[in-house]
Amino acid sequence: MDFIITKYHYWFYVSLMMVGLYAMIVKKNFVKKLVGMNIFQTSIILFFVSSATKIHATIPIIQETEGIINPAHYMNPLPHVLMLTAIVVMVSSFGVALALLIMIYKKYKTLDEDEILDIMRNKQ
Amino acid sequence: MIWMLDFLILVIVLICAISAIMAKDLLSSAMLLGTFSFLVCMLWALMGAVDVALIEAVVGAGISTALFIGTIYQTSRKAYRQKVGIKIFPLIAVVLTGCAFIYGTIDMPDWGDPESPASVHVSPRYIEKTVEETATPNAVTSVLADYRSYDTFGETVVIFTAGIVCIVLLRRSDDKKV
Amino acid sequence: MIRRFKNVVIETVCRLMTPFLQLFGLYVIAHGHYSPGGGFQGGCILGSSFILMAISYDIDFAKKYMSEIKATVYACLGVIIYGGIGMVCLLIGANYLDYGILHTILPVDLARARAMGILGIEIGVGITVMAVMVSIYLNLVSGGRHVEEKVE
Repeated sequence: MDFIITKYHYWFYVSLMMVGLYAMIVKKNFVKKLVGMNIFQTSIILFFVSSATKIHATIPIIQETEGIINPAHYMNPLPHVLMLTAIVVMVSSFGVALALLIMIYKKYKTLDEDEILDIMRNKQ
Repeated sequence: MIWMLDFLILVIVLICAISAIMAKDLLSSAMLLGTFSFLVCMLWALMGAVDVALIEAVVGAGISTALFIGTIYQTSRKAYRQKVGIKIFPLIAVVLTGCAFIYGTIDMPDWGDPESPASVHVSPRYIEKTVEETATPNAVTSVLADYRSYDTFGETVVIFTAGIVCIVLLRRSDDKKV
Repeated sequence: MIRRFKNVVIETVCRLMTPFLQLFGLYVIAHGHYSPGGGFQGGCILGSSFILMAISYDIDFAKKYMSEIKATVYACLGVIIYGGIGMVCLLIGANYLDYGILHTILPVDLARARAMGILGIEIGVGITVMAVMVSIYLNLVSGGRHVEEKVE
């Protein structure tokens, strides 16, 4: 029981990752593939941020102005910094992916993988 | 941190993710993804990552949903020709990958362990010295823009490049002739 | 294209919200030293205020305040501010992006000089993020054809 309580967060992140990976492999619609990619990325970021947590600690804003600061009282700021920039880069790369989708739709008039493959085969 | 609340939000996040994948209508899929992002933002606020929660509330639940809906209006709304049912071979591959990861978590440090290797290597120095060296109580800001500003400079250039790439891909002044 | 339908309630509420949203974005950028926030968050809030205007009215209304040329210039300006502060540190005689040396030209001590450098960088990041978000949204929603529509 103790083992489950200390580890169940990781198992949820792994199952979110599985949902995203399954959508990226199976779904034929490109927008659905993007949704899966977004879920996958979010699960990785969740895993990374959860390595920063400490039980009985508070947010990383230092309150003592004088005296000795105990690092065990504050969360680890480093994963927060790395993931903060990763989220902004994630949304801008998401924008680029959506722009590519619009270009594909302009050329083929569909976003379905099988139909696009059919059109490409028929052209040859 | 409250144990039950955390568990409840994780379960709802998983349900939102699965239903965003399963939805027939792409617009409802986009809205479910926004809900997913907002619940993840609450999870981060519970974990104490307030800066990450703030940016996820703005970006994940706000801007990326707006971008998504704009794209769906540009293209088609229905996700057709998808057969209902579960493909067995991809499912086995995904489950095997997940089992490998779950096997890996047995050796991970406990969730929220103050003595985990990530928490004792370099971050205590940032926490101890941030007020003294940079006069900035928010450790996230000082690490972001002072101790690791090369990293942030690279990320800013990546965002700038993404904006330029969008313009280059989509802008067509002579679109009507073609 | 996104269809335009007039609704007095939506237009009025969004117009009333926009200045407070922009003020909050500036607060988040400037107060990032003492509370959660910083350049990325504040820039996204500022960008989303323009996106809100583009949603509630139409794209041409938002383009009166943030046109495509302006957005591109601002995106370049933010990166130039970031790199320029680093170059100033290099010219004075320290390493690239080592703001401690700024206390020789600013009337503050060493720790405060580093805080000032952080503030400058947050402003640069905020301007870039705001401009890029607005530019991506305008291009995506109009499919890259927004200039022709205004001419017609």
